[in-house]
Amino acid sequence: MGNRSYFMKKRSSLGKKERLEGYLFILPWITGFIVFTAGPILFSLFLSFHEWHIFDEMKWIGIGNYKKLFTDPLFYHSLKVTFEYAAINVPLVLIVGLLLALLLYPKVRGTSIFRTIFYIPSIVPIVATATLWIWIYNPEYGLLNFFLDKIGIKGPDWLYSTEWVVPAIAFMGVWTVGPTMIIYLAGLEDIPKVYWDAAKVDGANYWQRLWYITLPLLSPTTFFLFITNLMGALQTFAQAYIMGGGGEGFGAPANASLFYCLYLYEQGWSWFNMGYASSLSWILTLIILVLTIIIFKTSNKWVYYERS
Amino acid sequence: MKRKNILFNWSHLRTIILYTALISLSILFIMPFLWMVTTSLKSGEEEIFSYPPQLFPKHLNFENYKRVLELFPWLTFLKNSVIITFLSTVGIVLSSSLAAFAFATLRFKGRDKLFFLVISTMMIPYYTTLIPQYILFSKIGWIDTLKPLWVPAFFGSAYFIFLLRQFFKSIPRELFEAAKIDGCSTFQIFYKIYFPLAKPAIITVIILQFISAWGDFFGPLIYLQSEEKYTLVLGLNAFRGMYYTSWHYLMAATCMVTIPSLIVFLIGQKKIIGGITITGMKS
Repeated sequence: MGNRSYFMKKRSSLGKKERLEGYLFILPWITGFIVFTAGPILFSLFLSFHEWHIFDEMKWIGIGNYKKLFTDPLFYHSLKVTFEYAAINVPLVLIVGLLLALLLYPKVRGTSIFRTIFYIPSIVPIVATATLWIWIYNPEYGLLNFFLDKIGIKGPDWLYSTEWVVPAIAFMGVWTVGPTMIIYLAGLEDIPKVYWDAAKVDGANYWQRLWYITLPLLSPTTFFLFITNLMGALQTFAQAYIMGGGGEGFGAPANASLFYCLYLYEQGWSWFNMGYASSLSWILTLIILVLTIIIFKTSNKWVYYERS
Repeated sequence: MKRKNILFNWSHLRTIILYTALISLSILFIMPFLWMVTTSLKSGEEEIFSYPPQLFPKHLNFENYKRVLELFPWLTFLKNSVIITFLSTVGIVLSSSLAAFAFATLRFKGRDKLFFLVISTMMIPYYTTLIPQYILFSKIGWIDTLKPLWVPAFFGSAYFIFLLRQFFKSIPRELFEAAKIDGCSTFQIFYKIYFPLAKPAIITVIILQFISAWGDFFGPLIYLQSEEKYTLVLGLNAFRGMYYTSWHYLMAATCMVTIPSLIVFLIGQKKIIGGITITGMKS
């Protein structure tokens, strides 16, 4: 009996030690969470109820910023620009990513070289990518319009055109499809091969197997990629800052490339309206939250989860 | 071992179609790089602004690179980029592996709830916390210093904590218990056993963090003001603003900023692809 209680005691003191050590190990993260995440989230909410030009006194104005925001034409405009971008960019990236993954899946000789080639553009610093593509999109001397000309299409003015600037930036995103492609490839490799074998025995051709087996089984991957790519698209900044108007930036031409986060940046760092910029950041957070919830809620309609 | 193919019927025609598609898409993906390199080697604006555009220069003019290096203090920018990238990578590896180790092996109250919190923070948009962070750093006088760009890394990153935890979880628990019985302290178990075993995952973290710190634009843009504090990426942006029609210089500068990322990627590409796969799928 004595022995047992000794062990119990020892065990519980070991447990206590492990518990303390556990907290000690995650202490840097907890500190960071409070200082760089939780604190700022609350402070940004607090700020959004103030008028505050960074060098002046902070002034409580209640929901004044939000009222102003809902009558601000540039707020609506920048939302429209951002959603237009997302509506073009996200489906394109998912489709091209899936296509490349399907081509790489058969593991023919040299697959790893092709995989590297498709992946490399996504590790280039975004400022370098954007600079390069301004040159590619150059209406007169750029590579793209030269090729379009060769096949008999008169290319538009791309980054100089109010109509084409957002699609042009969205198309560029296809070049950095790498991570999406890799995750699709991993999704494909997770599908048990017996499914395809069985369908083949039943006489299904490649397209039927793709449509009825591969795509449904990949839908959890598509779901994940859809959310992450959409979140990324709604937070697009560098491309907009740099490329609009062929390098003029700041929403050029004529605010046609005024992405939401660019507008937020202008409010915050060009005009130092920190209160108003905070309310803009809160609206973005809410939009992303609501969209994520909607996508999750509707996911049972189109995402197929295998029951194990 | 050659894998049996499922998606394609193994006929020659299909192999040919597959290769044709792969090769033509590869050419499309490489074309922008080619255009960047060849433009950077052209001699002067008459050759750049000629119609139809010539893909290849008449002769290779490496002088452009020399000229670009003279025009801007790139070495200072390089130094700043290296400092930020190095320190933030060290910080991320230390803090994230410590937390990941605790979440994967130690038992403490609220562990799973806290880990859920870690994962939740991955969903928070970058811009939500940005303004208060900026104000915080400006209050303590860190604006126009490199500190805001690497100090936060020492407090861990949700993404890498998640990635490393998945890896630590795959190490058999018996190893932990055995080391404990042999008298190792928990910290010894961490740095003598778990950390070395996690080398592949640590390398993944190093490379991914390198690429993200090296290419970061928004952080340097808001925190750095004087030119001697610029990173390479910010320097390229400033250079672009000044020489916006000298495409041979611009492309030479772009090339130089891109090359370090390319080298790091080519050294560790298997690790990167593995890492992305872990965070993407095994949730």
